[in-house]
Amino acid sequence: MLKIEGLTVNYGGIKALKGIDMDVPEGKIITLVGANGAGKSTTLRSVVGLTKITSGKIYYQGQNITGKNTVDIVRSGIVLVPEGRRIFPNLTVYENLVLGGYCEKNKKIFDERLEHVCTVFPRLKERLKQKAGTFSGGEQQMLALGRALMANPKLLMLDEPSLGLAPLIVKNIFEIIQTINKSGVTVLLIEQNAKAALEIADYGYVLETGNIVLKGSGVELLSNENVRKAYLGIA
Amino acid sequence: MKNDQKTRRILSIALIALVGIVLFLCNQYLDSYQLRIINLCGIYITLGLSLNLIYGFTGLFSLGHAGFMAVGAYTTALLTMPPQLKQMNFFLEPIVPWLANVEVGFFWALIIAGSITGLIGFLIGAPVLKLRDDYLAIATLGFSEIIRIVFTNLQNVTNGPLGLKGLPPYTTIWWSWGFALVSILFMAYLFKGSYGRAFIAIREDEIAAEAMGINIFRHKILSFTIGSFMAGIGGGLLAHLMGTIDPLMFRFLLTFNILLIVVLGGMGSISGTVISAIVVTVSMEYLRFLDGPMNFLIFKTDGIPGMRMVIFSLLLMIVILFFQRGLMGSKELSWDFILGPKDKTLNLPEEE
Repeated sequence: MLKIEGLTVNYGGIKALKGIDMDVPEGKIITLVGANGAGKSTTLRSVVGLTKITSGKIYYQGQNITGKNTVDIVRSGIVLVPEGRRIFPNLTVYENLVLGGYCEKNKKIFDERLEHVCTVFPRLKERLKQKAGTFSGGEQQMLALGRALMANPKLLMLDEPSLGLAPLIVKNIFEIIQTINKSGVTVLLIEQNAKAALEIADYGYVLETGNIVLKGSGVELLSNENVRKAYLGIA
Repeated sequence: MKNDQKTRRILSIALIALVGIVLFLCNQYLDSYQLRIINLCGIYITLGLSLNLIYGFTGLFSLGHAGFMAVGAYTTALLTMPPQLKQMNFFLEPIVPWLANVEVGFFWALIIAGSITGLIGFLIGAPVLKLRDDYLAIATLGFSEIIRIVFTNLQNVTNGPLGLKGLPPYTTIWWSWGFALVSILFMAYLFKGSYGRAFIAIREDEIAAEAMGINIFRHKILSFTIGSFMAGIGGGLLAHLMGTIDPLMFRFLLTFNILLIVVLGGMGSISGTVISAIVVTVSMEYLRFLDGPMNFLIFKTDGIPGMRMVIFSLLLMIVILFFQRGLMGSKELSWDFILGPKDKTLNLPEEE
């Protein structure tokens, strides 16, 4: 569904990505793990056109989307949940969700999606009129996910959904991600929490200072000696 | 009372009618000094809303409002002044021939002025809106000064530092409040729709807004252009209320006055701007007694010019301390606020 070929990104003189290749097949959960500064977020941001690509190509459903603008990419069904949730704190939950469905002008389809989001996140439904900024971290993450679902993504890209959340909430969020995936949405997940991510992923990539150093199925990577040492803290 | 859309619409129309009647009575019975203050209130509502659109709603910290108002004021003035009056004004250097004999009606002059200001806002915005926050403020402030300096030196178009005198006093209560009303209705309409929501999303979080498929740059430009358009009209109205304009009128202080209205009323609140425009304009006038000599029994002071500004600043500080987000915050004094929320029937799944 999404294919990245030889993606390089430079920030000024710094090489953030040094030519990575990735493949995200339809209907799967793919994860990209790595330490701080490995280039995980840069990869996602390049896909949606928020970061300028130095070289390389990105294909989505067989079409070259390299260098297209963000608005067109979002409309074609790739939705990014940015790092740190980035909900709109001064707006109500309802308004946040409305903005998530910004590209959909048809009221009927919009209402259906809202209904869908409310079934996935009953917590949001209870609090539609509450200001999003008053939410706890976990609820904000749910809102961020719900807001992304309002755009009816075919490919949902999550940038560190576990950031700053309590372990129990993280578990909850990851279950929700699996539910979303089962409803037919392809998921590309970026995580520092390698264990949690690899456990639910069908396939994983390990990124290290701009290069992909390992790839394999989630289970394979979890049992890989190097991964265990470097990312799971298990010798 | 039934709490629905129709009641609200009737209430809104009734309120507008009431304001209309009050204005009519004011027009009949008040003297010209008081009328001038009421006029100023109306104009400052338009101007406050225009800056609130740019700064309060879209989050673009722009300090170029005086410049836009100058463009609007000069355009309207030059378009409405009769040829003889122009000849009288331009005694140092004659006016350029293509402007010498132009004379259009006040309404069209205002619309043209707004459009030209909007165009200039667009041209300035296109390069400048790539900047953010303080940098944007400095850049727009710079452009506003550039406009003023250009107007000071374009002797044969703007009459330079001499300014334009004897403008026909077209601005009446109906003009100033008419445009204020149109601005209020326009803003209320805008922020019900998707454009308004996109503006607010950009203010809240640009990256998230962009990730949602909102074209950031286009919406920023749009907001800036509409804001400039309104500022141009406000400038035109102000020019014909004052009767005299010169480039010195459009210094930073003017931008500051409007910024004050926006911040005091609450950034991102239409009703807040309306209330604070009226409060600020009226109190600026009624605090004038502070400039005069005062007698405190124990000691007497001679008139201290500028004393009211000191007091006014103090009042402002107190308001900012206790209402950090302005009088209204980003809330609206709407019918929902007064009557309680509408029974919105969202099509939501029932709780099990």
